[in-house]
Amino acid sequence: MEDGNGLAKLIPPLTNSDYLKNNQNKIACILRNGQTGKVTVNNVMYDQEMPGKKYTEVQITNIINYINHAWGNDYGVISLEETTIALRNCN
Amino acid sequence: MKFNISLYLVLIGLIMLSCNEKTPTSLPKLGFKKVIDDKEVNHVVKDWAFVNTDSIIVTNKDLSDVVYVSDFFFRSCPTICPKVAREMKRVYTEFEDNPQVKFVSFTLDPKRDTPQKLKEYAANLQVNTDKWWFLHGDKDETYDLTTEYLQIGFEDDEAPGGFNHSGKLILTDKAGHLRSFSEGTDPDETPKMIRDIQILLKEYEGKK
Repeated sequence: MEDGNGLAKLIPPLTNSDYLKNNQNKIACILRNGQTGKVTVNNVMYDQEMPGKKYTEVQITNIINYINHAWGNDYGVISLEETTIALRNCN
Repeated sequence: MKFNISLYLVLIGLIMLSCNEKTPTSLPKLGFKKVIDDKEVNHVVKDWAFVNTDSIIVTNKDLSDVVYVSDFFFRSCPTICPKVAREMKRVYTEFEDNPQVKFVSFTLDPKRDTPQKLKEYAANLQVNTDKWWFLHGDKDETYDLTTEYLQIGFEDDEAPGGFNHSGKLILTDKAGHLRSFSEGTDPDETPKMIRDIQILLKEYEGKK
């Protein structure tokens, strides 16, 4: 997991992940609330439960900024304010 | 002069000998010893029977011609299990073509981890279920088995996922002795397990 590649078909990758790239606005909610159901990442389908965790807004902001720039990713820096707004609008 | 040279040669020889890294040539037998008929006997895993991913009953006797690495897990485990699975898979990949090495994962959550679910899990982990067994059995029996393998496993409402358990990988030999373990959550310990399996396999080679 340290290399961002996930684990076979159980855990999708975060490196070169089209899902991460195209769903930036959802990540905060996924971290806090978890996610179930089918997701497709780089043309591979995953259908497992990701548990959510009661991260603080600061923690979520830091996590997103970390994964946005690790393993060759470059998806921009988000602010604490953006995280706060995103979390208010989770489904 | 002659005397001095041979003394130096001897010294150099001694230094070279002591500088050789000593790799262990045999593994210990872990666990508490018992006294049976006045003899000290090493701990041997007690007989067990569980159901595999094809819903067929398998026992530890079916493993008597292989060495195997085992762990205890459950599919919905949020914390240590993905890490342990990853390390176990690393070891699996290392010995993928060696029929003398197998892998056994026992579920601590038989209610939710049915053989069918375990079969799906194995398919998602992309491993061969003849080589890496995912076993399902009575919960109390499984919890008892954790102590046989010197592990910890029990239900705990306060633990993440509902089960408190250790993430060790344990190596068992063909006679049911525990021979090595590594911390499954630590990638740096996996090479040690791989090395220990190689040592154990060599032990058997030496006996031929």
